Amino acid sequence: MLLLVQYTILFACILMLVALGGCFAEHSGVINLGLEGIMVMGAMGGALMMSFMPDGTSALMIILLTVLAAIICGMLYSVLLAVAAIHFKADQTIIGTAMNMLGTAAATVIVKSINTINDPDNHSSIVQYIDEKKAFIVNIGGFEFSWFIVIALVALVASYVVLYKTRFGLRLMACGEHPQAADSVGINVYKMRWAGVLISGLLGGLGGIMYVTTGVSEWKFEYGVAGFGFLALAVMIFGKWKPQNIALAALLFGFFRALSNVYFGIDFLAALHIPSTVYNMLPYIVSLIVLAFTSKHSAAPKAEGIPYDKGQR
Amino acid sequence: MKKILRNSVVQALLTSLICILLGMFVGYLVLLAIEPSGAGEAIMAVAKNFFGYSRPQIQMKHMGTTLVKTAPLIMCSLSVLFSYKVGLFNIGAAGQYVMGACASLYAAIVLGWSWIPCMILAAVVAAIWGAISGFLKAYFNVNEVISGIMLNWIGLYITNMILSGAKDPSSAYTYTLAAKGKAAILPSLGLEAVFSNNKYVGIAIPLAIIFAIVVWVVMEKTKFGYELRATGSNKNAAKYCGMAEKRNIIISLAISGALAGLAASFLYLTDIEQWQVTISSVPAMGFNGIAAAFLGGLSPIGTIFASFFIQHITDGGSHVDLSIYCSQISELIAAIIIYLCGFVGFLKIAMNTALDKADEKKGGKK
Repeated sequence: MLLLVQYTILFACILMLVALGGCFAEHSGVINLGLEGIMVMGAMGGALMMSFMPDGTSALMIILLTVLAAIICGMLYSVLLAVAAIHFKADQTIIGTAMNMLGTAAATVIVKSINTINDPDNHSSIVQYIDEKKAFIVNIGGFEFSWFIVIALVALVASYVVLYKTRFGLRLMACGEHPQAADSVGINVYKMRWAGVLISGLLGGLGGIMYVTTGVSEWKFEYGVAGFGFLALAVMIFGKWKPQNIALAALLFGFFRALSNVYFGIDFLAALHIPSTVYNMLPYIVSLIVLAFTSKHSAAPKAEGIPYDKGQR
Repeated sequence: MKKILRNSVVQALLTSLICILLGMFVGYLVLLAIEPSGAGEAIMAVAKNFFGYSRPQIQMKHMGTTLVKTAPLIMCSLSVLFSYKVGLFNIGAAGQYVMGACASLYAAIVLGWSWIPCMILAAVVAAIWGAISGFLKAYFNVNEVISGIMLNWIGLYITNMILSGAKDPSSAYTYTLAAKGKAAILPSLGLEAVFSNNKYVGIAIPLAIIFAIVVWVVMEKTKFGYELRATGSNKNAAKYCGMAEKRNIIISLAISGALAGLAASFLYLTDIEQWQVTISSVPAMGFNGIAAAFLGGLSPIGTIFASFFIQHITDGGSHVDLSIYCSQISELIAAIIIYLCGFVGFLKIAMNTALDKADEKKGGKK
């Protein structure tokens, strides 16, 4: 049972981080369907950083450098979306889809090449970080506490404060609701949208590195992140684009995702003899049902997905 | 000359070519970054694919294999294209494809059906899968991209579960149709002999081309197609004109689903590949369909050529020197091409503005 709680919290934190990322992008007026690809890139940056860490690096350094690498990779990758969506008025759905495919393909190519250079016989896309990963974990009486949980909580509080209590956040949201009006009072819509997309890259990258360190100590990058970026979008919609609701929504989804990891350890669930694939499907099914009930009266930012054109009124 | 440049077909061709060249160029840069000495050779291997073989018979045989996989890709991109014309982004094509694979292989191996009923079942099952997305979109306003992705994963797990009953316990792959399900193997129509006895080449290839033409006719020449396109360009206007926009959304995604389902039966009923029940990622075919649809300028006929190109470089990826590079380089190129396709609208506007300006200058001189 403790394991279930632990994994629920871990997965909820990942979903929350990524969903908050989506939330920033959409509040600025850009739909970020490329979160999945951003997660993969962030995961790759962080994982490679960990695997290259020399032995004996202090835990604090490992945490700082890994998180930094993931953030930088996520943000750099999100530039692809920002350029296309903000300056070239590209279809954000196509761009997002391309970014998801590109993320997995690029990460696979990069990791494989690095593996092959280090060892000519190694053609796998696996990165291992068994020892380094321990830096993130503190064992408290059987409960594996991860520093990522702290990072996620800080991100949650920071998101709330930034969005609702700062001038920047309120301006950002104005750009997603009515960019023309925002522009007319002197807000630079393009800058705000850049900020929104870059922040989503930051949070998406963080979510990515957390995802590949949860419950495993190596990652095969050909697999990508199994639709997690889209689950996060479902969390964001269910959370009505509000950080506090997103946190609660993430807990629900995290619970169902955690079930597939630990159901065999829970006596009454194991006794039901439900095939494991059913548990694997659960988060996706739940998200479909939840979306069906919450999308009707959408609370989405009004101008999301519409390229901003200064000439239009 | 300028008249030619203003022609929308020429513009579509031109922009697609630019996307391809830029995509290949970025791929080349990546190869250069990995290992400069063999990069030129590797990108040529990707571009050449079966032309890399010296003997013409072997070239034909491998061209046959590329064509066998092009047929399902054409169907997948038709699936994406069809719903895109109705204003829906059918990323769920990948999942509908998976369900089609599930239905056709189950019918072929476990039920022992012959190929036509197998194909029909695949189309029906995949159509239902697509219609779920459409229903959720029409009545619950659920974004079809997100529901599509969810259904992709649900479909993958269901397929793995169901097809576990169609394989030998010691293997991860389903039985070959040659072993169990001979009746379901697609007829070759004598095409086998044309491609140096490549036994997988058959009816699927002409069928895919026929479907492309049918989709074009339905979209451009029928009232039904007109209604669908009207719903796509302005949902509210279509509704105002008395078109059933909810019904149209569901029907178009169901048809898209059927096309994707047929795609799967076109591949798996040739027996060229078996389903791996331990697979943990959705097959790339459906996603490549998105690439082919946009690269083909969203025209059913353009799709045929774009699909061949995408499949050509995908197969070409396996010809690079695998001791230095990896075959995923072609996936990377395909992804970059889709990314660039996002800029096509901008390119066309820029092209037209440049032409307008040139015209104005000329007019001023007169």
